[in-house]
Amino acid sequence: MRSENQPLIFEMSREGRIGYSLPELDVPETNTDELLPEGFARKEAPELPEVSELDIMRHYTALSKRNHGVDSGFYPLGSCTMKYNPKVNEAVARFAGFAHIHPLQDESTVQGAMEMMYDLQEHLIEITGMDEVTLQPAAGAHGEWTGLMMIRAFHEANGDFNRTKVIVPDSAHGTNPASATVAGFETVTVKSNENGLVDLDDLKRVVDENTAALMLTNPNTLGLFEEDILEMASIIHNAGGKLYYDGANLNAVLAKARPGDMGFDVVHLNLHKTFTGPHGGGGPGSGPVGVKKDLIPYLPKPLLVKTEEGFTFDYNRPDSIGRVKPYYGNFGINVRAYTYIRTMGPDGLKAVSENAVINANYMMRRLAEYFDLPYDRHCKHEFVISGKRQKKLGVRTLDIAKRLLDFGFHPPTIYFPINVEECMMIEPTETESKETLDSFIEAMIQIAKEAEENPEIVQEAPHTTVISRLDETQAARKPVLRYMKKEPVEV
Amino acid sequence: MKHRYLPMTEQDQKEMLKTIGVSSVEELFEDIPEKVRFQGELNIKPAKTESALMKELAALADKNADTQKNTSFLGAGVYDHYSPVIMDHVISRSEFYTAYTPYQPEISQGELQAIFEFQTMIAELTGMDVANSSMYDGGTSFAEAAMLSAGQTKRKKVLVSGAVHPESKAVLETYAAGQNIEVVTIPEKDGVTDLEQLKALMSDEIAAVMVQYPNFFGQIERLDQIEQLAHGSKAMFVVSSNPLSLGALTPPGALGADIVVGDAQPFGLPQAFGGPHCGYFAVTKKLMRKVPGRLVGETNDEEGQRGYVLTLQAREQHIRRDKATSNICSNQALNALASSVTMTALGKQGIQEIAHQNLQKAAYAKKQLKAAGLHVINGGYTFNEFVIELKKPVSEVNKNLMKKQIIGGYDLGRDFENRQNQMLIAVTEQRTKEEIDLLAEELKQYA
Repeated sequence: MRSENQPLIFEMSREGRIGYSLPELDVPETNTDELLPEGFARKEAPELPEVSELDIMRHYTALSKRNHGVDSGFYPLGSCTMKYNPKVNEAVARFAGFAHIHPLQDESTVQGAMEMMYDLQEHLIEITGMDEVTLQPAAGAHGEWTGLMMIRAFHEANGDFNRTKVIVPDSAHGTNPASATVAGFETVTVKSNENGLVDLDDLKRVVDENTAALMLTNPNTLGLFEEDILEMASIIHNAGGKLYYDGANLNAVLAKARPGDMGFDVVHLNLHKTFTGPHGGGGPGSGPVGVKKDLIPYLPKPLLVKTEEGFTFDYNRPDSIGRVKPYYGNFGINVRAYTYIRTMGPDGLKAVSENAVINANYMMRRLAEYFDLPYDRHCKHEFVISGKRQKKLGVRTLDIAKRLLDFGFHPPTIYFPINVEECMMIEPTETESKETLDSFIEAMIQIAKEAEENPEIVQEAPHTTVISRLDETQAARKPVLRYMKKEPVEV
Repeated sequence: MKHRYLPMTEQDQKEMLKTIGVSSVEELFEDIPEKVRFQGELNIKPAKTESALMKELAALADKNADTQKNTSFLGAGVYDHYSPVIMDHVISRSEFYTAYTPYQPEISQGELQAIFEFQTMIAELTGMDVANSSMYDGGTSFAEAAMLSAGQTKRKKVLVSGAVHPESKAVLETYAAGQNIEVVTIPEKDGVTDLEQLKALMSDEIAAVMVQYPNFFGQIERLDQIEQLAHGSKAMFVVSSNPLSLGALTPPGALGADIVVGDAQPFGLPQAFGGPHCGYFAVTKKLMRKVPGRLVGETNDEEGQRGYVLTLQAREQHIRRDKATSNICSNQALNALASSVTMTALGKQGIQEIAHQNLQKAAYAKKQLKAAGLHVINGGYTFNEFVIELKKPVSEVNKNLMKKQIIGGYDLGRDFENRQNQMLIAVTEQRTKEEIDLLAEELKQYA
């Protein structure tokens, strides 16, 4: 039997109970009727729960126990870089001088915050090999769209209004084509070859005078380094297009290869991946964008600059694409990333990528005997295996993922990239020990054996979680998206 | 190299390389063409120990004037409000903050349920049917509302009030440019949307009428009248709203809004120099399947137990790719959780009381400033912000206030040519009578 449900906080509510301590109302009161226009004073109170402080703590503590995080156990989710989230980052982000400052304070009163931002930009410029960085985008997808808007502005400034197409590999993250659409482009897909890399012939075929940009993740989502990157760059550049780097996989190449040196014109980073901003259950992230010189005029405004009198935000940027976010980005996440970079230093960052790549290759080699390995070559920080062999036995990749839950592991990314059948994408990161990797490998081997000998145990997994598989069809057909108080039945 | 975040020992490395079948780490990077392989060392600051770095960064943080040591009357979209101490305790539980998006519901019930509760609370406050799991912030939610409206009405022009937050409006303009949507400003008059001008601008080409409530100048827009004009031409009615104010104000949902957006920062989220905060997005049932971002829904497991999953994912980028209606991928889950804790702590009683206090304290401040001889501009109904006029430039006044450890209001002249020497003052429940009286005393000389 599984554990009891945790009631919704609304179901715990009891009239008259409170959980707050508000300041005194120490000013003389005015009649509310005089303060609000007629019909604008709320009549029915919002149905928020009425609970005590201990009720709240117990409720959320119970919920937290029904949740798996990196601190709970291994989280080899490919392309998500679920590495350890250092606690010192959390402490620094909570310093009053960082957490409790208002974005519109006079610049002279927030020079420390601006100095941190500027120094982070300088560090990211060096790490990526770009010429300038903005910290404004809130997340990776937001950074993609920002970068594409800049590319569009660049082409339009050159009178190039027909560059309407963005090329995206078939292995790309879903955000790439979606961001292209939101930035007003059409998406063209370029195929991967049998080695899992962009097919150069297909690239030459799809490139033309309408090409605005090629978006690329390198290493790609199969965990493979695009070896022909320089040739790809020249194909795109010769056609007048720009090269966009999706930084989701930067953890593989810190101090090993810089996007700027590979020929990329625009880069976005996911500070919540490579640079340890916690994922927070889905966010907040931070998605700074770096550019080469010719795109600097189009950066979002304001741009943080250093002058003799100190740091200032420059709003006088006539060619800027404008604002992409109120204020200056997810500062709190940027503080965490900065703390991390300063904790690691140049040697540390290099070791991060080396260890991440060793861990991934080690796991790949040990699993290769039990699962199909579609691309048999050294990987970078992540790799894909296929559950094709197990599928023939009636065990799907989804089942394998669910069975891993019974061993206390978060499953890998599954069914992505979409060009690999029954795909499992595994990214161990550098912060996991060999013992952890070994125990995950052992679990995977056991599951592979179960698929042959006792497939039901895999097909019916998970067996140990607080809840079994959920009916997602019902959730989508008859959506229940909020709690509704049940009206008492009248007698 | 030895580092506390890197557990690989020399022995581990030797064994692992052997299993892989290579003799050195470098071999694993040989697929990077030599021409682009980075040589040498990154030119960044050397690593620091934990204590040394804490000390350095604490000193850097101390260079900033924070709102705990100083008294803040600065709002303009980001506010100094009550933040229950338990909020940080809850979000510091690392099962929450070190988790990824809850794509594996069996081990993510905690997060999913917390978000389901957040959706319910936002729907309750705004008076809407459905709210999503959160957005980046109020500004980008506002822009996404315009895109949804354009898609829904198949029209390419939105009307946005001149009394919305200028930074939200700027973000909207950037998004609109990407989608070739035309943005037309409805002028403000006396600090509110000019209804006559709105009437003149309305046509069957308009996808949405977008206003803020309370608006950027603190005033309460006549949503009832704007709604009639918007719906009269079958345009979407979009309202950006400070959710805390809805403890006192009639919710936009009850006044006919189709989409209500905003930021949950007022629920005790750290101001954090502008982010991360927590956008929200609420709609009528009719628009449920068009909402950007993630949604959590209730369902049952195989044994009939109640549980929660991410749902209606067919809308989203990871499924629809270039056909997706929005490219948003992440949300602000941790901040949605944080604001839920505050909303829960406040509860049905506290949300009304906190809103009432804002209304009363701001009204008192207005009265005291008037008594000090200052001119309160526009004069209409306000919530917790209002505008005053000063004899001197606002930046100069604020520099002097800072000497008394007061962070003054927002300089409206920065965004509005016709509002030089005007200051937007925010008075939240956190301000005491004494602090308000001191502000009036200090500002007297600029009357």
